[in-house]
Amino acid sequence: MIPISWYLILAAALFSIGLFGVLARKNAVAILLGVELMLNAVNINLVTFWRYNAPETVTGQVFAIIVFAVAAAEVAVGLALIISIYRNRNTIVADDLDMMKW
Amino acid sequence: MFTSSMIMAILPELLLLTLGLLVLVFDLIWKKRDGRDLGWLTAGGLLFILVLSAFLAKPATSMEVFGGMLRYDMLGYVFKMLFIFGAMITSLFMMDSEKLGNRGESYILLLVATIGMNLMASAADLVMLYLAIETTSIPMYILAGFLRDDKKSTEAGLKYLLFGAMASTVMLYGFSLIFGFTGTTALAAITGFSLPLAIGVIILIMVGVAFKISLAPFHFWAPDVYEGAPTPITGFLSTASKAAGFAVLMRLFLGLFPLGSEYALMWTMIMAVLATVTMTLGNVVALSQTNIKRMLAYSSVAHAGYALVGVVSLSELGVGSVTFYLIAYVMTNLAAFGVIAAFSKIVGSDEISDYAGMSRRNYGLGLAALVAFLSLTGMPPFGGFVAKVFVFAAAVKADMIWLAVVGILNSIVGLYYYLTFLKVVYLHRMEGENEEAHPIPLSRPYAIALAVLSFAILFIGVIFGPWFNIASSAAQGLF
Repeated sequence: MIPISWYLILAAALFSIGLFGVLARKNAVAILLGVELMLNAVNINLVTFWRYNAPETVTGQVFAIIVFAVAAAEVAVGLALIISIYRNRNTIVADDLDMMKW
Repeated sequence: MFTSSMIMAILPELLLLTLGLLVLVFDLIWKKRDGRDLGWLTAGGLLFILVLSAFLAKPATSMEVFGGMLRYDMLGYVFKMLFIFGAMITSLFMMDSEKLGNRGESYILLLVATIGMNLMASAADLVMLYLAIETTSIPMYILAGFLRDDKKSTEAGLKYLLFGAMASTVMLYGFSLIFGFTGTTALAAITGFSLPLAIGVIILIMVGVAFKISLAPFHFWAPDVYEGAPTPITGFLSTASKAAGFAVLMRLFLGLFPLGSEYALMWTMIMAVLATVTMTLGNVVALSQTNIKRMLAYSSVAHAGYALVGVVSLSELGVGSVTFYLIAYVMTNLAAFGVIAAFSKIVGSDEISDYAGMSRRNYGLGLAALVAFLSLTGMPPFGGFVAKVFVFAAAVKADMIWLAVVGILNSIVGLYYYLTFLKVVYLHRMEGENEEAHPIPLSRPYAIALAVLSFAILFIGVIFGPWFNIASSAAQGLF
């Protein structure tokens, strides 16, 4: 069987890539994609821990299902907001969204 | 099967859900309504829920219900009442707002967010906690961006969503590690952290919670979102949502790393530093603001720092004082945003300089502003003063005198910008105009809400004994 650490390293790498995307990308859709990568990393973690540590319980599975249901809702709202911004000003580049500054 | 205590544990949420469905149905079938009818329905319904659950849903002892998903205790009860009260006042403010007032969706989103906050305050399991946080956040994202044709509002909504989604995902990664290394998601059962795990988890969870309560390195969203969101929503966001964040903070950290555990000192030290940075940064940046909503945003960042002082004390007095602080803060900040909403509805501006002569244009509004801002400053006899005293007292008792000193020094900085605003309201005059010719009419919902809040601020400040007893009994639920 593949050691558990492989999965955890994969998840950590995916999480880091997602976080980098969120912090470095300029396009709002790309930032949202970065968040999705992070959420998927969490899900890999959850399913791995469930499979290796506690396959007789359902906690890990339930947690993972709730996570991607919530993620779907979040993306739906996010894309709706992006569309309404695009209609208002024809851009979704985060740097251009600077009406409010200190 | 269902027992009566299970029903009582979620009674407020059940009633809120019913009210939400009622609003949804009325929105569809009640075509010939007046612009405010849905708002009155929501506000009246929330008042009914508040009274009913205050009497019926009060827990006699702490217990876990629904297979350990929720905890039914005084802490949850006190915070639930606070959120429902906040939602009630917010719906009063919302009904005169042009784009929010006659839309059923806005009230339903408000109610769903309130349900989420209630669950946040009583969640006893990581799965439930995450779900509750998102149930609160997603409606709040929509509400912040509710004015679809308004550039600032949509921008505020998107910024809130992007920051919020990222912060809650980072926290979720922490949850997944807790689940993996301790094998359980029930807060009460989680034990056995190794040092690297404890450090990682504390940092990851701190990101999510710090975002919710706008602590220093994660406060960047607050001014932008507060400025862009519709003002009644900003009021709700800065009070109930922040109080919910504190409830989660106390439950999580006192549950995972309680007093006497080996990592208690570590997280309290991190938080003490964060509290210092937050207070100082919030107050100093607030000094230079010209927009009242941004100024209040930074002021609410600073207030998160004050309240955190009580959490850091890690004692029953500390948690009680934080709860009391949040009760006073919710009343005070709602009143402040109510004044701003009433003013900007007529004048159409949030610039501080436009407030010149406001006290002459409407005496009542000026008085409400005076009460709210003096309470924010921490002046006796208002609620904000007593709240600060309790929080700093808790810090002194926990041998963190330096933190109390930092807090007091910061309060003095805060005094400057709050009083500058009051100076503009009371002493400045409109240029070349007669103020009597430009009255600011105060509509009935605003008048009711501001009167209730001003009275409550004064009441909490003068007769604080019973309120502090309630807050202390909430703290006992955690220890």
